[in-house]
Amino acid sequence: MSCKIKHISYHLSSNVLTNEDLAKDFPEYSAQEIYKKTGIKQRFVTTRNIIGSDLAVAAAEQLFRESSFKKENVEFILFCTETPDYIAPATACLLQSRLRLKTNIGALDLPSGCSGFTNALGVGKALIESGQCDNVLLLFGDTPSLTCHPKDFELRSLFSDAGAAAWLDKSEQEAIGNVVYGADGSGAKNLFVDRSCFRNPVDEAWLKTHKEAGGMPFGQLEMNGLNILTFALKEVPKLVNAILEKNNLAFEQIDLFFFHQASRTILRSIQKKLRIPDEKMAYYIENNGNTISVSIPLALKEALKESRIKEGAKVLIAGFGIGFSWSGTVITY
Amino acid sequence: MDIKELMEKLENEFEDVEKGTIQPETNFKALGEWNSMLALIIIALIDIEYDVKITGDDLRAIETVNDLYQTVTERMEK
Repeated sequence: MSCKIKHISYHLSSNVLTNEDLAKDFPEYSAQEIYKKTGIKQRFVTTRNIIGSDLAVAAAEQLFRESSFKKENVEFILFCTETPDYIAPATACLLQSRLRLKTNIGALDLPSGCSGFTNALGVGKALIESGQCDNVLLLFGDTPSLTCHPKDFELRSLFSDAGAAAWLDKSEQEAIGNVVYGADGSGAKNLFVDRSCFRNPVDEAWLKTHKEAGGMPFGQLEMNGLNILTFALKEVPKLVNAILEKNNLAFEQIDLFFFHQASRTILRSIQKKLRIPDEKMAYYIENNGNTISVSIPLALKEALKESRIKEGAKVLIAGFGIGFSWSGTVITY
Repeated sequence: MDIKELMEKLENEFEDVEKGTIQPETNFKALGEWNSMLALIIIALIDIEYDVKITGDDLRAIETVNDLYQTVTERMEK
């Protein structure tokens, strides 16, 4: 028994942050310059009281509205986030109740960022193929904006808050290929939420120092963009080759490449390095920003809407980033 | 590779720099357009075109096109 993604829905936070808005906060740049630098026109940011699981709920409700899948048939939920409701219990348990799903289901959190979609897909596939369940509702939701310092241009111009839901169901067709994983924790500090948990919690001095930024009570996201790019250029080509090898495919057999929509610069650099033709490369960052684990399902959904993915198409998906962590596979449509 | 080719490639990455402006002794980080995004682009350019890894620290120590050329050629030889 194999499995297939039967439906994807996503939800972007309702507050739009345009380049004009950003230019007001960062008068050293014009809206046009911000676009030139980032290739992003708008991002979506939450308000303090709407967090990752709320965005996942919105995406899941949309999935049930726009598809024939029913809440009562869900057998397993995996919630992928780096901004959980609580340290304990698992947010997936809260989501079972909020979404009014049956109680005899599996519910697990999967703390994962930029490689979250491909990681969750791999785990979901394993659950179905090992006969533990017939379907898995994959849920994603993150609010990076809540940990971005208001004066951090690089992060605020890049990240978006969003949620996604994907229905993974058993199928005769082997639609999800073999999955490749990788991790290198020596790169952890290159994309990192400082002061965010037990190791190094927020204290009074921190709150005081960050008073003007609202205290930064959830910690502060910090990024070393240069090292992230170096990591991506080193690991992503290797990841792509490993995915092809593990699935007995040649580079030319891939119809479309969906990479985590990290930044325009990273996507362009990967495209150049792998010599991917323009028509085979997915860019969905301009109108959405970097939506972390939502970026690949969002891009797949948009490409499906545009009829860019034809029946029988082989689509390579690859997530990479925070951790460092990376994973990917090939989907056959 | 030769330095002329590197100068041309660098010029292509700078949008507001006219052709022929970048010379071996040009401190490209002092050009008005220079920013962290361009630093990323230059690191990617060197990686993609010459299969040489330079880091942010390398780039901080480099000033002129000639310095960059020396670093890249030295690492290509290794």
